[in-house]
Amino acid sequence: MKKAIPGLLLERRAVVRQLLKDPDDDLLVIAGLGSSCWDITAAGDRPLNMPLWGGMGAPVAMGLGLALAQPGKRVLVITGDGDMLMSLGSLATVAAQQPENLAIVVLDNEKYGETGNQATHTSPRDNGPTASGAGADLGAIAKACGIADSATVREPGAVAQLVGDARTAQGPIFRVVKVMVEKLELVMPPQDGALLKDRFRRALLGPAG
Amino acid sequence: MNANAAPDWRDQIFEVLRAHDIRQVYHVPDAGHARLIEACQRSASIRTVVLTTEEEGVALAAGAWLGGQRSVLLMQSSGVGNTINMMGLTKTLRFPFLTLITMRGELGEFNSWQYPMGQGTPKVLEAMGLLVCPVAAAADVKATVDAAARAAFNGGQAVAVLLRQKLIGIKNFGEK
Ligand SMILES: Cc1ncc(C[n+]2csc(CCOP(=O)(O)OP(=O)(O)O)c2C)c(N)n1
Repeated sequence: MKKAIPGLLLERRAVVRQLLKDPDDDLLVIAGLGSSCWDITAAGDRPLNMPLWGGMGAPVAMGLGLALAQPGKRVLVITGDGDMLMSLGSLATVAAQQPENLAIVVLDNEKYGETGNQATHTSPRDNGPTASGAGADLGAIAKACGIADSATVREPGAVAQLVGDARTAQGPIFRVVKVMVEKLELVMPPQDGALLKDRFRRALLGPAG
Repeated sequence: MNANAAPDWRDQIFEVLRAHDIRQVYHVPDAGHARLIEACQRSASIRTVVLTTEEEGVALAAGAWLGGQRSVLLMQSSGVGNTINMMGLTKTLRFPFLTLITMRGELGEFNSWQYPMGQGTPKVLEAMGLLVCPVAAAADVKATVDAAARAAFNGGQAVAVLLRQKLIGIKNFGEK
């Protein structure tokens, strides 16, 4: 069930459950397509979650638009390494705006999980004919784009700090969480995008939304 | 300048954006939009966001709408090609979306590299379900952008205004 890749110790569902523990109405969550979408739903579906079933590459920019519109709320983007790799430029776009209320957490399993665990560019180089990547370091990329508070989390002992940072540290913050490759139950939120949008706006903005 | 002359159409667009309470404006630098972008950058009520690629603007617009703000994406026709998959969000989420597109690659264009995407722009936008409103005369710009903003923010549509190359004028590129 679980494949032990050296250095990948953390279980994504447990990390996400802690990231989203006791959410209040000030926590606005966007999750990227694939496993992250199922992860936030496994932690408990709620109107102020916006789980994406498509729009690969959208979550960081969507989180930025939301963070700028709602400076008094905390915006937490949770997505996969494959999704992040498709939108690296958006990290520079975030850095240019420096939204204090935006946190981005990338669950990096070094695989395109949803499509069958093909290696992403964060996989090591020279890792065999089908599992080699580039060893791309997303945390270093975010920092070099201008998100100064950027770090990589690997150890179970660092998760509590991760949660505190993601929920309250002055943004923009970027965290890569190295997670193990797992086959997990698909826990699906509603699929209708208009419904997801409308329930989010109603919960955030009231009946006028 | 003649004091009785009508205001520049780009300044009229800025007034329409303000009248519709647009709070976020996204752009990749573009010569045709330069004057409007600078007006937005100087505005206290508008947040301008410079993008690395136009598709970010569609996702930003969705996020802004989730948060209760109206936005507009400014781009040139070549940028439309960068947005195609992301434009699908306007259909799946059904959120109001407005983009103003300066056209290149229309008749008279000197740069052959602009023709493929310029000629493809209206078809691509229509294929993704946007309402496409071309405008070629300066006197029609204000009313067209205003109607497009109403269709978007009152009518819930995804709307693209095409500012035809005839309007922008090839000679004006690089000028402000
Ligand atoms: C534009 C686009 N290209 C490709 C795909 C196919 N696709 C769906 S999910 C996915 C991989 C997602 O990988 P990652 O973000 O790392 O998520 P995880 O491993 O956590 O599932 C891909 C390539 C897509 N949906 N959209």
